[in-house]
Amino acid sequence: MGSPRPRRGRSRWLEALACAGALLLLGAGPRSGYETMTPQLRAMQDDDLSNPGMLAVAEGEALFAREGCAGCHTAEAMRGVAARYPALDRASQAPIDLSGRIAQCREKRQQRPPLPREGPAMLALTAFVAHQSRGLPLQPDPRLAEARRQGEALFRERRGQLNLSCAQCHDDNAGRRLAGSLIPEGHPNGYPLYRLEWQALGSLQRRLRNCLVGVRSEPFPPGAPDYVALEAYLVARARGLLVETPAIRP
Amino acid sequence: MRAFLLGALLLGGAAAAQPMVAGDAIPGSLTGAPGDAARGRAIVLDRQRGLCLLCHAGPFPEERFQGDLAPSLAGAGARLSEGQLRLRMVDGRRLNPDTIMPAYFSTEGLRHVGRAWQDRRLLTAEEIEDVVAFLATLRD
Ligand code: HEC
Ligand code: HEC
Repeated sequence: MGSPRPRRGRSRWLEALACAGALLLLGAGPRSGYETMTPQLRAMQDDDLSNPGMLAVAEGEALFAREGCAGCHTAEAMRGVAARYPALDRASQAPIDLSGRIAQCREKRQQRPPLPREGPAMLALTAFVAHQSRGLPLQPDPRLAEARRQGEALFRERRGQLNLSCAQCHDDNAGRRLAGSLIPEGHPNGYPLYRLEWQALGSLQRRLRNCLVGVRSEPFPPGAPDYVALEAYLVARARGLLVETPAIRP
Repeated sequence: MRAFLLGALLLGGAAAAQPMVAGDAIPGSLTGAPGDAARGRAIVLDRQRGLCLLCHAGPFPEERFQGDLAPSLAGAGARLSEGQLRLRMVDGRRLNPDTIMPAYFSTEGLRHVGRAWQDRRLLTAEEIEDVVAFLATLRD
C-alpha cells in the first residue's frame, strides 16, 4: 500500500481509500513487540545464525529425537501446533499450554520423570516445537471461551502495591516509555524467546511473573491455571499475529 | 468509587494517622515538620524507592531514562501548592479514581500485594514530606 504504483484509474484509488478507512476504523490491529524493536535487534531475530534462541531450537531438535518424542510424532506434524495453543485437554477438560502438553506426554505417556518447567530441556523442547509454527498466524482455540474470560478479568484487574493492571500498561500506555523501556502491546507470539536482559531463553510464564512482580504483586504460584487463562486471553488479543519463536526481546 | 469515598469518610475523622483533606489538598505536614528538599530529590530519583521517573520526566539532565506516562515534574511547585502536592502524593485517587499514579501513603483497596510489600505504604510520612519539599522547589 505504501509503495508508489502506477495509477490504474479510479478503482485502485477507491481500493486504497477503503483500505485506509478500514485501518482507521479497526486500528492497525495488534502489533508484535518485534515491530517496536531497534533495527539491530530485528536483524538479530531475523538471522538464524545470529539469533541465540536458535541454539535452543537445535538443542530441542536433538532432545525430540533422543527423549523419544519422535516415537510418536514427526517434526513436520508439529507444524501449526503452537499457533493453536493453549488448547483444551480432553481428559481433564481444562486448558493446557504447550509446555504443559509436552510435560503430559512425557510423564503420562512415556512414564518418565518430569522436567523442570523452566529448565533448559523443557525450554528447548518447547522452543523446537513452537519454532515449527514460525510464520503461522495465532488461531485461538474456540473451546477456551471460559478461560479467556477469566484471563481477561485478570488482565484488567488492578493489583500489587503499585495498583496497576496489565491493561493499564499494555492497552492504555503501549508505545510510551516506562523509564527506559518501551512498553510493548504485550503479545505472546514469540515465546519461548531470548531476552537480552535475562541473557537467556525464557518462557511466557517467566515474562508474566516479571510483570506481576514489577507492580509488586504476588505472582501466581508455579503451575497455577491463572497463567494459562491469561495466556488464552493474550492469544485471542493477539489473534492473527505470526508465531516468531524464538523471538528476541530487549 | 462510591465505596472508596465512603471508606475515606468513615476513616477520615476517626484514625489519627489519616491525613486531613481539605478540598484538593492536605494543608498540614504529615509529620508536623517541614521536609528536607535534598533528601526528597534523592527519593524522587531513586528507582527503587520513589519510582517517579518510571512514569514522569523532570528537570534532571543527568538521568538518562525518564518515563512519559505522566506530566513532567518540571514546574510542579509553580502549578501546585504544597498542600495540593501532598494530596497527590498521599492518594491521587481522591482526585482521579482511575489515576495510574500509585497512592504513596495509602494501602486502601490494594489487592494481591506481594508478600514483601503487604500492608506497607510506598513511602513513610517523613519521606512524603521530603518529596513535597523538593517538588515545591520545581518552579519552572
Ligand atoms: C507497569 C507497566 C506494566 C504492567 C502493569 C505490566 N507490564 Fe507487561 N511489560 C511491561 C514492559 C515495560 C514490558 C517490556 C519489557 C522490557 O522491555 O523490559 C512488558 C512485556 C510484556 C510481555 C512481552 C511482550 C513481548 O513482545 O515479548 C507480555 C506478554 C506482557 N508484558 C504481559 C503482561 C501481563 C499479562 C501483565 C499483567 C499481569 C503485564 N504485562 C503487566 C510493562 C508492564
Ligand atoms: C505509575 C505511574 C506514576 C508514578 C510511578 C508516579 N506518578 Fe505522579 N502522576 C502520574 C500520572 C498519570 C499523573 C497525572 C494525574 C492523574 O493521573 O490524575 C501524575 C501526577 C503527578 C503530579 C501532579 C502533576 C501536575 O502537574 O498536576 C505530581 C506532582 C506527581 N505526579 C509527582 C510524582 C512523584 C513525586 C512520584 C514519585 C514519588 C510520582 N509522581 C510517581 C503517574 C505516576
